[in-house]
Amino acid sequence: MNWDIIIKYYPQLLEGALLTLKLVAVSGIIGVMLAVPMALLRASPSPWVRVLPFCFIYFFRGTPLLIQIFLIYYGASQFEAVRDSVLWVVLKEPYWCAIIAFTLNTAAYSAELFRGAIQAIPKGELEAADAFGMDWLLKTRRIVLPRAFGIALPAYGNEVVLMLKSSALASTITLMDLTGMARTIQARTYTPVELFTAAGFIYLLMAGVVIGLFRFMENRFNRYQYYKPNVDQMGVDKP
Amino acid sequence: MPDTSIALELTDIHKSYGSLEVLKGVSLKANDGDVISILGSSGSGKSTLLRCINLLEQPAKGRVVIGGEELQLKPGKSGELEAASRKQLESMRSRIGFVFQSFNLWPHKTILGNIIEAPMHVLKQSREQAVERAEGLLKKVGLYEKRDAYPGNLSGGQQQRVAIARALAMDPQVLLFDEPTSALDPELVNEVLSVMRELADEGRTMLIVTHEMRFARDVSSQVVFLHQGQIEEIGTPEEVFDNPKSQRVRDFMSSHS
Repeated sequence: MNWDIIIKYYPQLLEGALLTLKLVAVSGIIGVMLAVPMALLRASPSPWVRVLPFCFIYFFRGTPLLIQIFLIYYGASQFEAVRDSVLWVVLKEPYWCAIIAFTLNTAAYSAELFRGAIQAIPKGELEAADAFGMDWLLKTRRIVLPRAFGIALPAYGNEVVLMLKSSALASTITLMDLTGMARTIQARTYTPVELFTAAGFIYLLMAGVVIGLFRFMENRFNRYQYYKPNVDQMGVDKP
Repeated sequence: MPDTSIALELTDIHKSYGSLEVLKGVSLKANDGDVISILGSSGSGKSTLLRCINLLEQPAKGRVVIGGEELQLKPGKSGELEAASRKQLESMRSRIGFVFQSFNLWPHKTILGNIIEAPMHVLKQSREQAVERAEGLLKKVGLYEKRDAYPGNLSGGQQQRVAIARALAMDPQVLLFDEPTSALDPELVNEVLSVMRELADEGRTMLIVTHEMRFARDVSSQVVFLHQGQIEEIGTPEEVFDNPKSQRVRDFMSSHS
């Protein structure tokens, strides 16, 4: 193990890690914004409303992420109409192609996750909302989404960790994310053990931060599951 | 004729699940301040009747009038009636308090949060106004100290008292209770019944589906006995409990006393 190599190149590796984080954060945030409405459509009682998000989700869950990245990055440029359109401003950039692929992919997975959470809310809680005369929007905003958020949070944390690691595929379309950076440097230095160990270690750290962040959010948003009142108040019932 | 206004009127309510006819034309009238207990063995359609009033179940046929306003119904695709106007249904629902067998508090909100939710967002009350009323109601049901706890930290009896306070916070014209003590341990039943007794004494209009015979006898102005989706007997508690005309009611009373 040549530590000097790691010390010499770690600023570049950190730079790569920063791009990795950026990719995950941007596509994660846009992905959630797409996933929530899709999940609501998927939870609809009408099969006509469900079918469109179903096809989308089926495609993005059923094909490899790498294929999706290639289709967007290499595939789109094959069409002159695309190259001549305003879309080209975005689609010629590998960064945006990666963002689009990650966003749609994570949106599909998260939508299924949120759908499951929405459907896991006990029916009585929704009936209570109905019985108070809440309309659909109010019920969704005040009861369904906050409840589903709490239920989905642990599984969604898992999705973000998976996304963090899948983002390594961005390196296949020339992006200098953490993996891309490690590969590029080791092609020059021929020290794969040092560089990939260092890269793996940084991934481990980032995953640790994500896990910790979600643990913190769970404690905060799901505190109703853990919250304990003062011992001297428990069971005592002052009339 | 005494000048009492009609709080709730149900006319010829029918309801089926597939080929099973649960309600076969039930009509019922409650004046302001009436406390009507609905009795009957399980499967007689008691809960279904209650749930048809605010359309948690959709009746196949019938009319619902609350405080002089008729709920506009139209035939839906499945052959059952549905609200002709969502707006009207929501406004009528906000005036009907419903207390569930299994409480159905929102577990992610505090006790206070549960109570102020609908007054703030359905009735558009200010937060101060809603909190003030909620705290008063919590004192009334003896749970003021629990206002910052979550439902999961409360016993069943406490949760049901919160659920009653939550319904009262809307100041409803009619309160519907769907077996409010059936999910409770026996020693917790009385704390809920005594809150309900208090409401009856205040002159609240209440419809109560219950198996608590002594309670029904004490608080009711009228007792309805349902059997296989029809009213078998209706009358004052004295009439129905002490002198039932129907053999079926007599058998039921002797097996439940």
